[in-house]
Amino acid sequence: MELDERAVLKRVFNYMILILLAVVILAPFFIGIWTSFLPTMDIAKGNLFGTNVSLDNYVAAFTRTPILRYLANTVVIATITMFAQLLFCSMSAYAFVFLKFRFRKTFFTLLLITMMLPFEAEIIPNFATVKQMGLLDNYAALIIPFLTSAFGTFMLRQSFLQTPAELKEASDIEGLNHFQFYWHIVLPYNKISMITLGAYSFLGAWNQYLWPMLTTFSNNSRVIQNGLKQLQSEETFNDWGMIQASAAIIVIPTIIVLFIGQHYFKSGMNEGAVK
Amino acid sequence: MSTVLTNITKSYDSEKNVLTDVNAEIQTGEFFVIVGPSGCGKSTLLRMIAGLTPISEGEIRINDDVVNDLPPKDRNLTMVFQSYALFPFLSVWDNVAFGLKARKNTSQAEIEERVNDALKMVNLEDLKERKPRELSGGQRQRVALARAVASDAKICLMDEPLSNLDAQLRIKMRQEIYALQRKLGLTLIYVTHDQVEAMTMADHIMVLHDSKVQQIGTPAEIYKYPANEFVAGFFGVPPINILPAVKISDGRLNVNNDFEVTVDQQVPTDDLKVGIRPNELMIEKTDELHANATVKTIEFLGDEKIVYIKMSNNDLEVAAVVASDAEFKAYDSIKVSTTEKVLLFNGDGVNITRNAEDAVNA
Repeated sequence: MELDERAVLKRVFNYMILILLAVVILAPFFIGIWTSFLPTMDIAKGNLFGTNVSLDNYVAAFTRTPILRYLANTVVIATITMFAQLLFCSMSAYAFVFLKFRFRKTFFTLLLITMMLPFEAEIIPNFATVKQMGLLDNYAALIIPFLTSAFGTFMLRQSFLQTPAELKEASDIEGLNHFQFYWHIVLPYNKISMITLGAYSFLGAWNQYLWPMLTTFSNNSRVIQNGLKQLQSEETFNDWGMIQASAAIIVIPTIIVLFIGQHYFKSGMNEGAVK
Repeated sequence: MSTVLTNITKSYDSEKNVLTDVNAEIQTGEFFVIVGPSGCGKSTLLRMIAGLTPISEGEIRINDDVVNDLPPKDRNLTMVFQSYALFPFLSVWDNVAFGLKARKNTSQAEIEERVNDALKMVNLEDLKERKPRELSGGQRQRVALARAVASDAKICLMDEPLSNLDAQLRIKMRQEIYALQRKLGLTLIYVTHDQVEAMTMADHIMVLHDSKVQQIGTPAEIYKYPANEFVAGFFGVPPINILPAVKISDGRLNVNNDFEVTVDQQVPTDDLKVGIRPNELMIEKTDELHANATVKTIEFLGDEKIVYIKMSNNDLEVAAVVASDAEFKAYDSIKVSTTEKVLLFNGDGVNITRNAEDAVNA
């Protein structure tokens, strides 16, 4: 009996800790969502438990700020970046796995080395290049540097290596050329890794802040994260309710992508990293 | 119209050869089995015929054309892999149709007809919408077979296709493959390490060992007139008993100092070995004084018994097959003797039995 009691106590204790941690982590998020429904005056007064709940802030965000334009910019850029990375990373990963050429290992090592440089270290040369090409304040400046990624190539290579060699041999006997094998067999076989990389690169592009801040200066090409910052300083008086509503709008696609990819994310990331 | 291998040699890194000087002629429409213990190079040989592995030296001709430098797809053959190599994301039907679609020289109607025929032939019509992961091992094997059947290639290569299946299924698939081969008139080149598979299905068997061809012949030839000690030992369950022997007089040998046997031929004086199949070995119970061996263990197989025997001299063990009602038990003292149907091997393991030599040279 005593043992049972202790087991129950232990379980209660465990759950209390878990609940506490969940509250600590989730509270800011829910406070943010909650305040986005409150009038700014209530927020300013610290009256967080008001009852004047309305969608006014959302209406204001869409009608009084260029947030729709920012969203459209970001969707276009993130989508193009995602598809470009999927295409180019999978093609180069295919080459590293299935094509035999001289210095293959050397090239792969070089690729890995570029992964070790943080993007921040490349910002100045990249900025100079983009400026020289006259691409500042243009979608191209936000897309071209991210058309491919060393991490994506690395991850897909590890995944492609798991493709059974017999499938390649069977395709050779059936007379498939490299492109057919890549398109009809390698890509479907590694669908999960592709989905993972797709979600990863989409979110990466969605959450960009530093690089767009440096290379865009007009609403025509400004992306959402920078737009959000813009809302704060554009007004003399910060309309916190509306800013909260905008932040909530921005987070929604991220949550959708994460929900869809959640299952794949776990297994996919391990597959790419461990082996 | 045949597949001819001439002086095929394969070596990696110029070290020891994986295969040395392989010669063979595989007739069109025959069931040709390449058999040998693991690591003997049999899969390498098959992959060289398929074109998946380059040939170091020698020449492969298919229907009088040298195919050494042809890519696999131009050799007009199909291959069934040990792991089946099915495409996990395609249905059974699409798996079978895949190669035909990729080649692009077959019309849609013909593809459908061929695939449906092939699936019917391997009894998979009802499962054509399933994915490979929803199939059992035997069914997956059948999909791989159907893929080979649907192709119009007349040469089919199989690399240990049954080794992932359980024993009963293996026997069933063995018969199905054999029946298919006969029905379609395929030239089937089949690699296995299982001597039973080789014996039961082959028209001709190539025995590979130690990177060399040991013997090529029909199953009966190989069983009755093995070229050497290795081949004799590889075929037959339980394996042949090999015992040292000494010449007493012309036509009379002393085997392992335990018993004597009469042979109808000239034999060298020393360095002689005698091979006796377990069913040619005769044993009888006797008292310790006349015994030359003791029973070690007995395996009951229903219609017969295998008796494992320890000879008195040299600690050698032999096996004998006896009728299932013969009464032996462990530690019985017995007297071992043999019929005159024995094989003789010289010191290098080469078969020097007279009639065997006649058969091999014939």
